[in-house]
Amino acid sequence: MRVTADRDRCLGAGQCVLHAPDVFDQSDEDGTVVLLTGTPSEAQGESVRTAVRMCPNAVLTLTDDPPS
Amino acid sequence: MRASRPPASAPIPDPAPSDPVTREGPASDPAVSDAAASGPATTTAVLDGEDAAVTILPTRRDHPFDPPSELGLLRDEGPVTRLAFPDGARGWLLTRHEDVRAVLADGRFSADRIGASSPVRRPEFRAEDRPGVLVTMDPPEHTRLRRMLTPYFTTRRMQALAPRVERIATAHLDALRASGPPADLVPTYTLPIPSLVICELLGVPYADRARFHAWAAAALSLTTSDDEVRAARDALTTYMRELVAAKRREPDDALLGALVTGDNDLTDAELCGIGRLLLVAGHETTANQLALGALTLITRPDQLAVFRERRDAADRAVEELLRYLTIIQFGTTRVAREDVVLHGRRVRRGETVVLSLPAANRDPGHFDRPDELDVTRPPSQHVAFGHGIHQCLGQQLARVEMRIALTVLFDGLRELSLAVPADRIPMRHDMAIYGVHRLPVSWKE
Ligand code: HEM
Ligand code: HEM
Ligand code: SF4
Repeated sequence: MRVTADRDRCLGAGQCVLHAPDVFDQSDEDGTVVLLTGTPSEAQGESVRTAVRMCPNAVLTLTDDPPS
Repeated sequence: MRASRPPASAPIPDPAPSDPVTREGPASDPAVSDAAASGPATTTAVLDGEDAAVTILPTRRDHPFDPPSELGLLRDEGPVTRLAFPDGARGWLLTRHEDVRAVLADGRFSADRIGASSPVRRPEFRAEDRPGVLVTMDPPEHTRLRRMLTPYFTTRRMQALAPRVERIATAHLDALRASGPPADLVPTYTLPIPSLVICELLGVPYADRARFHAWAAAALSLTTSDDEVRAARDALTTYMRELVAAKRREPDDALLGALVTGDNDLTDAELCGIGRLLLVAGHETTANQLALGALTLITRPDQLAVFRERRDAADRAVEELLRYLTIIQFGTTRVAREDVVLHGRRVRRGETVVLSLPAANRDPGHFDRPDELDVTRPPSQHVAFGHGIHQCLGQQLARVEMRIALTVLFDGLRELSLAVPADRIPMRHDMAIYGVHRLPVSWKE
């Protein structure tokens, strides 16, 4: 799966880091989201989906990998 | 691309551009009244507020842990309720989870409190109270301040404070044990812990706590006179202005000192507002959530047993207590910046909309068994910290404080019980932030 972030919308609530700390971080400069990986593994899938659901401002978008 | 974003929900945008003439004037559009007379609302017939039954925000609770049952009835009756405010204005109340979240994330609604009505009687928020108080600002003003502050409150930074929070909690627990039962947990445990933590974080002298606790209590009380509220606000402002001046002379590493010396264009008035907001929000909220959470677990041994047996359950228990108790008891408010149609009702520009966080957090349309406390509940999109761009800045700090303070408390005091009957605990019905005034407890030495 692929995850992308629209950082302009991010307000740094940190919900994503709380739920998927190995996929998301927050910048030291303005607290907005930093992607540690754009392609989380299957094992990370559930935590990433939770993070996307919990984000208060629809910053994060998940897309399935294109069928190979 | 946006395929699996959370569904863009509820408010149906007004299909027709609103007519600038009817916008401001009294609503007497005959088409609208006819539609109202001829039957139930549909999305095609937009109804104005004048046709709706008016209520005031229900505040009377039948049970200390549950929101007023009347709120639940309103939520069952329909999504949009016409509300009369104490200042005489009319506006709206939203009670459903989906709608509350949608409006909080909708840029057509402003968070500016100047000109907004409050559902409970409050003295007016004045322009001079506003600089730095980002909870009452819209983008881009809000974005500028929020981005400046967020680095100090990131999830990882707050989690790194855990050892310090644990030392503070343990020290207060040791003091409790030394003095022996019974004790009131509010002044000895639930208030001092978040208070000391936020003082250290901001660089506010903890020795001054008696003063700012009293000001915050007066400012948040619904029963103090307007003059007393204003006096308390002014005293807090003067105190913070002097503290900011002191930081300018002698900066330290804590947040206020860092902002004073930082590469930013913050004015002293803004620094003062930031300091006031963080100081009040940083201890009143967590302190009450903590005390009410402790009371809840003491009176629910079944849930407490789960909390204690399963160490990994603490995080879920904290979230569930946030949802179940929702201490921002009258919700939050937004003002429509333009006419917006919500479920067939026209919210006019300038009208205040109350978003009931407690009602949303008990909405059966979103939560399974919403009125049941279940500390094992999976992450649930509760709105105890709000939603959208104003979602709580201090939430990660509050989570760390709650988890540690509750764990240390229930690990440290054996057979913790109430020292008075449960119905004698004085609840904070009279405060903007719900909780308990006192929490007398006993334990086995
Ligand atoms: C359990 C404890 C807490 C609860 C229930 C809580 C609740 C909330 C809610 C509901 C909002 C949104 C208000 C709105 O949308 O109008 C909010 C915003 C805010 N909270 Fe908290 N809060 C808590 C703890 C804290 C702490 C510890 C701090 C400070 C360190 C804090 C600082 C703030 C600030 C600064 C805002 C405004 C954010 C903005 O406007 O962007 N809160 N909080
Ligand atoms: C954690 C979230 C909140 C924070 C950070 C916060 C903090 C503050 C602060 C510091 C002020 C300025 C007071 C002063 O200058 O002495 C203020 C004003 C105000 N707050 Fe909050 N508040 C929060 C949530 C709420 C909510 C949800 C409501 C709605 C019920 C509310 C209602 C008000 C009102 C009406 C005022 C202006 C009048 C007053 O100062 O009493 N607050 N808030
Ligand atoms: S949860 Fe959303 S708003 Fe919060 S830091 Fe992550 S991406 Fe930003």
